[in-house]
Amino acid sequence: MKPPPLRLLRPASPTEACALLAEAGDAGRALAGGQSLVPLLNLRLAAPEVLVDLNPLTELATLACGTGALRVGAMVRQRTLERDPLVRRRLPALPAALAHVGHLATRNRGTIGGSLAHADPAAELPLVAVALGATVELLGPKGPREVPAAELATGFLSTCLEPGELLVACTFPLLGPTEGAGFAEAAPRAGDFALAAACCRLGLDPEGRVAAATVAVGALGPTVQVVPEAAQVLLGSPPGPARFAEAGALVGASDRLDPPASLHASPPYRRHLARLVVEEALAEAARAAQAARNGSPSREDRREEEHGA
Amino acid sequence: MTRSIELRVNGTTHRVEVEDRRLLSDCLRHDLGLRGTRVGCEHGVCGACTVRLDGQAVRSCLLFAVQVEGQEIQTVEGLADPEGPLHPLQEAFHRHGALQCGYCTPGFLLTAAQLLDELRAEPNPEPPSEEEIRVLLAGNLCRCTGYGPIVRAVLEQATCAAGADPTEPSGEDRR
Amino acid sequence: MTTLPPVSVPEERLDEGPPGRWLGRPTPRLDDEPLLRGSAWFVDDLAPWPGLAEVAIVRAPLAHARLLGVETAAARQMPGVLGVLTGSDLERFLRPLPSVLSEAIPYRPIALDRVRYVGEPVAVVVATDRYRAEDAAEAVELDLDPLPAVPSAHAALDPTLPPLHEGLPNNVASDRTLRYGDPDAAFAQAELVVRARFQQPRSICTPLECFGVLCRTDPVSGDVEAWSNFQGPFSLQVVAAQALGIPPAKLHLRTPEHSGGSFGTKAAVYPLVVLLAACSRALGGRPLKYLEDRREHLMAATAAGERLSEVQAAFSAEGRLLALRLDLVDDVGAYVRAPEPATLYRMHPCLTGAYQVAHLEARCRVVLTNRCPTGLNRGYGGPQLYLALERTMAIAARRLGLDPAELARRNLVPPAAMPYTTASGGRYDSGDYPAVLALALERFDWAGKRARARAARAEGRLVGVGLACVVEPSVSNMGYVDLASPPEVRARRPAKSGNVEGVSLAMLPDGTVQLRTTTTPQGQAHATVLALVVAEALGVDPRQVQVRAGADTAVGPWSISSGNYSSRFAAVAAGAAWQAASALADQLRRLAAQDLGCHPEQVLLADGHARLVDDPERDVPLRRLAGRAHWDPASLPPGVRPGLSLTHHLAIPDLPAPDAQDRANGSATYGFLCDLCEVEVDRGTGRLEILDYLSVHDAGRILHPVLAEGQVHGGLAQGIGMACFEQLAFDPDGQPLSTTFLDYLCPTAPEVPEARTVFVESPSPLTPLGAKGLGEGTTMSAPAALANAVADALEVEEVPFPLTPEALWRVVHGAEG
Ligand code: FES
Ligand code: FES
Repeated sequence: MKPPPLRLLRPASPTEACALLAEAGDAGRALAGGQSLVPLLNLRLAAPEVLVDLNPLTELATLACGTGALRVGAMVRQRTLERDPLVRRRLPALPAALAHVGHLATRNRGTIGGSLAHADPAAELPLVAVALGATVELLGPKGPREVPAAELATGFLSTCLEPGELLVACTFPLLGPTEGAGFAEAAPRAGDFALAAACCRLGLDPEGRVAAATVAVGALGPTVQVVPEAAQVLLGSPPGPARFAEAGALVGASDRLDPPASLHASPPYRRHLARLVVEEALAEAARAAQAARNGSPSREDRREEEHGA
Repeated sequence: MTRSIELRVNGTTHRVEVEDRRLLSDCLRHDLGLRGTRVGCEHGVCGACTVRLDGQAVRSCLLFAVQVEGQEIQTVEGLADPEGPLHPLQEAFHRHGALQCGYCTPGFLLTAAQLLDELRAEPNPEPPSEEEIRVLLAGNLCRCTGYGPIVRAVLEQATCAAGADPTEPSGEDRR
Repeated sequence: MTTLPPVSVPEERLDEGPPGRWLGRPTPRLDDEPLLRGSAWFVDDLAPWPGLAEVAIVRAPLAHARLLGVETAAARQMPGVLGVLTGSDLERFLRPLPSVLSEAIPYRPIALDRVRYVGEPVAVVVATDRYRAEDAAEAVELDLDPLPAVPSAHAALDPTLPPLHEGLPNNVASDRTLRYGDPDAAFAQAELVVRARFQQPRSICTPLECFGVLCRTDPVSGDVEAWSNFQGPFSLQVVAAQALGIPPAKLHLRTPEHSGGSFGTKAAVYPLVVLLAACSRALGGRPLKYLEDRREHLMAATAAGERLSEVQAAFSAEGRLLALRLDLVDDVGAYVRAPEPATLYRMHPCLTGAYQVAHLEARCRVVLTNRCPTGLNRGYGGPQLYLALERTMAIAARRLGLDPAELARRNLVPPAAMPYTTASGGRYDSGDYPAVLALALERFDWAGKRARARAARAEGRLVGVGLACVVEPSVSNMGYVDLASPPEVRARRPAKSGNVEGVSLAMLPDGTVQLRTTTTPQGQAHATVLALVVAEALGVDPRQVQVRAGADTAVGPWSISSGNYSSRFAAVAAGAAWQAASALADQLRRLAAQDLGCHPEQVLLADGHARLVDDPERDVPLRRLAGRAHWDPASLPPGVRPGLSLTHHLAIPDLPAPDAQDRANGSATYGFLCDLCEVEVDRGTGRLEILDYLSVHDAGRILHPVLAEGQVHGGLAQGIGMACFEQLAFDPDGQPLSTTFLDYLCPTAPEVPEARTVFVESPSPLTPLGAKGLGEGTTMSAPAALANAVADALEVEEVPFPLTPEALWRVVHGAEG
């Protein structure tokens, strides 16, 4: 199980990386953390002649939190983001989801950009990015452009990236003062790809009723699916188990889903799991939103205070 | 195509000619003779090949040797001076019966070593619970032991690293 | 070498006999340090000869096809390629590997004109390194004409599907019905007959280190020298030599000091030794190295075959098990690779489990499928038997309105019946099964947990408890596989029986003791135990005993039954070492008696000295005695041989060949264990959580409590894996679907619960140290115990297997979805 012959190029800047990728065309691939790509190479399921190694590009490994948004460079390692105190406080759904991504050693190396650009529908990051309304920044021969995370993946393991284009960052809007997000997934074992995953966002009005909602699920089709019908039923009433169950049922039955048949889960089972993870993610989102609204510190805040951080 | 690279492993600099595609695991084992890094799957799942790269546990079967020039690599051979006593983690593995065939051991040791260093670096570390240790080790397969003794050895050392007494009830029990 | 501290105190042991100075105590393992430091030598670390070339194997992409051609021209031109060899290139160096069952199923390590499973070798690429070998392997083109595949045991029973082998009328390679007592009469009298069917998929114990072989041949003499992580039995060395057309003495097989686990699987390394030897010959003797990768391993190395079982059990109104009728179908894959069909017959002496049953009928069918050949996997037939038998007992208890523990109690072989001969000829040597059960029930709080589970179910939770009583055979009788052939066929062949191990023991002039044997350990710390055994007998420190337990067929000692399988080590290898060391101790006592001016019987060996029993102040260091035996042989008293060295072979008694009535004592000794568990099934996800697990194990005398526990827990983890996660799946065309660790799910640390173990010790009267094997018991019991607990939790009789979340979810939610 050895990778096929290849040339590994180490660009000095993102622009050079784009140029190298453009030059290599179909024969080239960008190499980020390599936690998905290198297994494919070792198994000889992919055989690019050229790998453009993004790891030297430290300018892509920056994390910045502005007033309304968190900008994560493509080469920020998953574990860095997971452990960042600021992220844990301001966008706890993100570390919660990252805790499900592979294992310690793969998160140490795996990157945010690599996971997004790999566009595996069962991966956690693309789901969170879509659910939280993130935007990805692309850099290509024709310059930079921005694309909503929801439009990045165009199919199973495929994206809207043009030849020579590179994903350089992802910007997550921070949640408002009465908003909360939750993540849940079902997987065969700890760290496995999800059989069904959900990330939900809820915003409450001053009376505590749901004023805005997003319900998105992963591993249930070729790309992450947003299910607006499910979000719709939540609007206008206080969040609660009955509504969550209704939303879950709508997701489970939605014809937006096209769950794959696989060794560890059939489509009907995945649909069933979809209901459960949606309910669980909504419950977490509601807890977080209510906590935010009451001004009480979130669980993460408390934890940090206890740690004296 | 081969190129000449310099690798820093366990504090020593090695110069070696490799193809671009040469996996770090093969380079360590067969070019540098550091055989302690084991290979169990070559697709990033079993954790046997785990080494530390600038302190972070990583799969050496998912890295190309040419990628890690200039970075500090630690392998199992670098945990303790070969002439000196064992590293406390190695010693704990021995005491708890945490190895049978020993093929998974280096990978577990290096994964756990990161955890211990992180705990030591924290200002007010909280000793991890058994549950947390199990999840942290979930990226390493062992087919021999059933994990119990490995978990106990790491838990004991993590508790020490967090400045607590490992003979007290575990963090989990305290909660 | 630094001094290592003592190991932690083990869990509890009961009825412990007086431990020796060394045996039975939790002394530290002596084998750990090189493993902990990374300096231990495994097969991939070896480079015994210069000019070693590396091999990649081109494997069949289809499960069943005619192989019309192999195009190698392009591959030969690739950089670094030293040769590309096909079946026809190698044919002149190879004969079919001899089979237990039939000449009509020729098995070669490389396909000639037909491929019969995905992953079957069709060509071998030899190159300067593995990277280049794999590059060229991709350039080899196969001309294949697909044939309909037989992808399952069910399909193998379908007479309309074409036979895999021309010489056979169908895909049933063997069909025997064996009868003991009068099962028909017993069934006629029964108050209750329980009938249940079971299907267990393929799985594999998949050690963390894959297979590896290094091999070269001598172009002049044809001698073969091979290093591999093969684990025995060494009867397969003889098989390999026959396939190469050379006398076994010309096949020099060695194993490295360390092997990264095996659990039976590495018995299947031998066809690769044959293949590499043939390739080396074809290339003028070039030394070759082949390391299997994980995908090859999961696709084509070996497997525990699929098992279909149907059990009929006849009970009296009081719940006495009167008779059993079993119909067992065992899938062995595309060929019957020796020692198969042993999976089907290994448990034959224990088909009635731990119960007293006089009447038994067993139909045993071996079927061929288009899947890789099966072989040894921990438990070897045990998990298959006990899932069927213990589930059937639980169903019967339910129908009889009895606590399953009570039903077991009424049927367990009582201690007064020991040694007990089973209907099919097994001789259970010792044990108090009802006492072990009673202890387990008490320790587990079975009654309380059972009641609480019932109460939890009344509240809608799916909680249940399960029990499995398992007789664990160890030290296989080399003759049991012959049961696959009818008595009249057996009568024409030389008989096989028994199980032998040899040790060589010597005391060097400086008092160091050297021991050699061929138990090929794969993590079981044989060196530690053997050192303790020798230390105990000679009164020396175990660190003064150097042990080499890896194989070297040119040096030995070894026998065809040598190796690491059927949990034979503690009984036969440690036993042989004990006897050899006792003989050496006798020599030392004679020597000392001369120095001390006493009778040898008055000499005590302890702490590296020979002392006068009555006057311990008078002593002589063993070192001095050893020096004399080497430097001054002229001074030796009668009966002491110069050099203080001896080779000793032990065959455990009472292991004859199968008799004319098909009765066979398939194993030398039999342990007993009783496992109890408590589980909860998540109503939403179907996920199984093991809340508590207790195993009470009687494996005779425990030689080393920590190592014994390691085996019990490791075996349990594999039993849990088999029951809940691990499955080699195939599509309808016979394509394997579980060829990476992403698809073949081994349990990781969060999935394996902390289990409780208790040892009870009823020494075996047949083994020198009273020890029995214990490495496989929990692998045999866990699937049954867990399935019983799940059945209790879900209040159903039919339980899917494996117990995957989706399968359980389907039971909970009916067939909807
Ligand atoms: S060998 Fe690298 S993870 Fe298995
Ligand atoms: S000790 Fe053998 S795999 Fe862990």
